[in-house]
Amino acid sequence: MKAMLSRLLSGRSAVIGIPYLWLLIFFLLPFLIVMKISVSEMETVNFKDIITYTDDALALTLRFTTYLFITQDDLYYKTYLSSLKYAGVTTFFCLLIGYPFAYFMARAKATVQPALLMLVMLPFWTSFLLRVYAWKGLLSENGWAYDVLVGSGLDQVLAALGLIPAPAQLMNSPFSLVLGMTYTYLPFMILPLYSNLSKMDMRLLEAADDLGATPFVAFWKITVPLSKAGIIAGSMLVFIPCVGEFVIPELLGGPQTLMIGRVLWDEFFSNNDWPMASSVAVVMVLLIIVPLAIFNKYQAEATEVRK
Amino acid sequence: MSGSLLNRWFGKGWLAFGFAFLYLPIVALVLFSFNDSPVPNAWRGFTLKWYEALAADHEMIAAFWLSLKIAFFTACASVVLGTLAAFALVKYRRFTGRTLFSGMVSAPLVMPEVIVGLSLLLMLVSMQRALGFPERGALTIWMGHLLLGMAYATVVIQARLQDLNPQLEEAAMDLGARPWEVFTLVTLPMITQSLMSAWLLTFTLSLDDVVLSAFLSGPGSTTMPLVIFSRARLGLNPSVNAVATVIVVIVAIGVVAASYLIARAERNRSLDMAAANRAS
Repeated sequence: MKAMLSRLLSGRSAVIGIPYLWLLIFFLLPFLIVMKISVSEMETVNFKDIITYTDDALALTLRFTTYLFITQDDLYYKTYLSSLKYAGVTTFFCLLIGYPFAYFMARAKATVQPALLMLVMLPFWTSFLLRVYAWKGLLSENGWAYDVLVGSGLDQVLAALGLIPAPAQLMNSPFSLVLGMTYTYLPFMILPLYSNLSKMDMRLLEAADDLGATPFVAFWKITVPLSKAGIIAGSMLVFIPCVGEFVIPELLGGPQTLMIGRVLWDEFFSNNDWPMASSVAVVMVLLIIVPLAIFNKYQAEATEVRK
Repeated sequence: MSGSLLNRWFGKGWLAFGFAFLYLPIVALVLFSFNDSPVPNAWRGFTLKWYEALAADHEMIAAFWLSLKIAFFTACASVVLGTLAAFALVKYRRFTGRTLFSGMVSAPLVMPEVIVGLSLLLMLVSMQRALGFPERGALTIWMGHLLLGMAYATVVIQARLQDLNPQLEEAAMDLGARPWEVFTLVTLPMITQSLMSAWLLTFTLSLDDVVLSAFLSGPGSTTMPLVIFSRARLGLNPSVNAVATVIVVIVAIGVVAASYLIARAERNRSLDMAAANRAS
């Protein structure tokens, strides 16, 4: 028994085969089914098969009405666009806050770095849902963030910029949505940047200094280009899931903040229109396929190069 | 030199600001769970009544136990599958379809959850029509969480496996150890730490997940995040703050205990290594 087990486990076919098979069945196959259902006709409970065999004739029936609907209805177009916009803005703010953060973390004393890293990781372990919910309290009337922003008059600025519907109305606005997404995804930006920046060869900066570069020039010409991989990885880790985010728009967003994740959810749970929900999902994948490819390429490179 | 001094203070200030941003909501959650007011964001005095209400909240308690069960099995299975996948990626540089494999391993990390949830559900529905199982419920939620958990576990374990010195395993093989023995006696002790953090990470991921659970749950299998989410959607609710505090405390204890165990294991290992060095 033990010998058999050992042969099975030592076999590279098992090591590769088991996770491979699992992913094929539970990740790739489901997606193919989504593609199929997006072009099938829905009967009362079942779907018509797209390939039928009647009277000695093989018939392939594809129904593209849902896709036509997506391209013709303005709402879908606007929603896709605004999802991309909110994901992009969130990525920008995560980078703006996260890059200096990761930079100073990597430059902190070597003895405190593990503690700092632990502090960034800790919010990961506490529920993301509850932390998003917490912002609901902070931004509602009498909440801490509400008091600070309204007390300082910043809400007037936000309202003038059109980020909140009216002064002193912070919740359910583009502002609260972007704040919530930036907050949630910030650690995903910091961690790859930190692991990249902490491995940088400091002698390069000393060399730049010796050659007369100002700290700013050295930072811009050496540190930033060298951390390109970290910037790309962090940005993709923030951008891609943000495009399809559902929970944060549902809790913090409002009627103006169109997000495609919510549309998919409503098509599925409220309208029970499975082909429509599937088509929305397929188009969403088309939108994120390029960032996804960049992310995968980076992931593969990061693992090959380090060896 | 004043520039670098300014730089240092600016750096410290930025870190402090960042951490305040990350921790403020958690502090508020915990604090306002003791607030004697039906709206949990203006302080009106100390109370424990929300915890008393929580103890009598059968819906929440049942959901909590279900979530705990699913999270436990998710974490165990994720670590097993994650170890296999990480091994395949680190040890075997070339095999048929390796690009597809590595793509599929890391895609769930970023893929919007609504897509993963919808596609998995549609597949399970088709499967049920063809084969008669599985019913939607705890099992199907577990499958969804496992897909996500495996991706995270693989990344964590893979990072550790890459840093290992392959000569140690080669030496064990030269000394006549079978592959299985090399794995259990040499490799496994060296990656225990990453297995533990992968386990904890996937456990908390599963305990937290809303979207996959919503798609994959059936009647009677409502997990805790689904209960919290449905209440949070309606507005602020002090019972949610009380649950949050309980979770924060559990997680804090778990993380502290795990880091203590990891630190002790590391110390023992370095003591063993020092002893081995002296002996040789």
